[in-house]
Amino acid sequence: MAKSEKKPKSENELTWQEVECGGIATEPGSARGYKTGDWRSRKPTYDFSKCIKCAICQTYCPDAAIWPNKEGNYEADMFYCKGCGICAQECPTKVITMAEEKE
Amino acid sequence: MSKKAGMEVSLAISEVVKMVDTDVIAAYPITPQTHIVEHLAELVANGELDAEYVPVESEHSAMSACLGASATGARTFTATAGQGLELMHEVVYVAASMRLPIVMAVANRALSSPLSVWGDHSDVMAVRDTGWIQIFVENGQEAVDNTLCAFRMAEDPRVLLPVMVHLDGFHLSHMVEPMIFPEEQEVKEFLPPLQYPLPLNPAKPVSMGDFGPPAIFTEAKWSQEINLEKSKAVILEVWDKFAKKFGRQYKPIETYRCEDADTLLMTMGSYSETAMGAIDNLREKGQKIGLFRLRLWRPFPFEELREVAGSAKNLIVLDRAISFGGPGGPVVSEIRNALYPLEKKPKVVGFVGGLGGRDISPEDFEAIIRRGMEISKKGSDREFEIYGVRE
Repeated sequence: MAKSEKKPKSENELTWQEVECGGIATEPGSARGYKTGDWRSRKPTYDFSKCIKCAICQTYCPDAAIWPNKEGNYEADMFYCKGCGICAQECPTKVITMAEEKE
Repeated sequence: MSKKAGMEVSLAISEVVKMVDTDVIAAYPITPQTHIVEHLAELVANGELDAEYVPVESEHSAMSACLGASATGARTFTATAGQGLELMHEVVYVAASMRLPIVMAVANRALSSPLSVWGDHSDVMAVRDTGWIQIFVENGQEAVDNTLCAFRMAEDPRVLLPVMVHLDGFHLSHMVEPMIFPEEQEVKEFLPPLQYPLPLNPAKPVSMGDFGPPAIFTEAKWSQEINLEKSKAVILEVWDKFAKKFGRQYKPIETYRCEDADTLLMTMGSYSETAMGAIDNLREKGQKIGLFRLRLWRPFPFEELREVAGSAKNLIVLDRAISFGGPGGPVVSEIRNALYPLEKKPKVVGFVGGLGGRDISPEDFEAIIRRGMEISKKGSDREFEIYGVRE
């Protein structure tokens, strides 16, 4: 779920002539291509042995960036995760620890 | 064949809005524009105009509703004045930056305080930077003609920018004048249906007014600026087309007896017609004086101004608005700026007058000119002059 799709030219690349009339965005759902993951300074790290798949972290995530992975454990999509730490705060079994983002 | 009718200029504007089959009107009444919106409400209520009339709760809502309507591709009109234009201020910028072809009549009114319902240009000057095309009219015929032209300019696919038609509150809005109105067929020929290129449409969804981070904001603004500058060519084209069809030619700067003038007076709006009386009187006394009026305020007609005023010795500018603690007259400061690059340019003297509905007679204009020429010669210890204040 929530895979990062092929993006149109980002806002860092468009020239003034390429800006659509009135700044109108013609591609629906283009916000999906906006890499909010770039905003992070901390990231969630996981000990899935404790995960009870309750989905409380997904419910609390303000960005809807948490989705079940292949094993059914809830994991943040790093393309969007802003590192707010709410999931770590709310997880009842303390699966999640926020660590410094090294990138 | 066009028909001549005598009526109040406000009502004439409403009639034009009806003739162009406006789709949506969202407006709030405010003196001295009330007759425009009241008459439109009547025309919609009695079925003469098939439009959606939204009686909003404030001017802020009026412009907001107009944005939404125009965004769906509807031909949209509103009107306001003074405090009303200020109340919608933040949305006025959005109409232009979102490139929505809204037409708005502004019955120019003084900004409070003190509370004044009477005319001056302070409301206009407060929206200088908003990105709208702005045109001044001086009499009823010009109001009729330029309201029609405004739709044509705004909706041109090369423009797609909102247009303000400025008319002096009371001095023009409440005048009863004979005016020639176009026939329905002529209007249809002159003004094609609006075809907004990317309207809000569930079948082809778009997002409008999106968030713009620092990385893109400059580009968005430059795109807006270049479009406003380029719109001048279309404005001139529309005026030429109008002249060909209806026989009345409008220009960015209108001149009166400027040909051999060494002193020029500059005015904007209906007071210009009174100033012409002063020019005639002074010409009779042998003075080489002329008058020019700025009809196109935005985009500013730099070329035409330099051509008309560049070779004069003295230029006296009358501002009907005051920019406190600064240049005094907003218009004179722009005139000086426009003339600055010229090697040879006139001495420019700025007067602020006609505030809050204060009349200026031909004799007053003569006094302004006399004092202006005195200042040109001897200088002044003030940055600008005020005319007619009781001391």
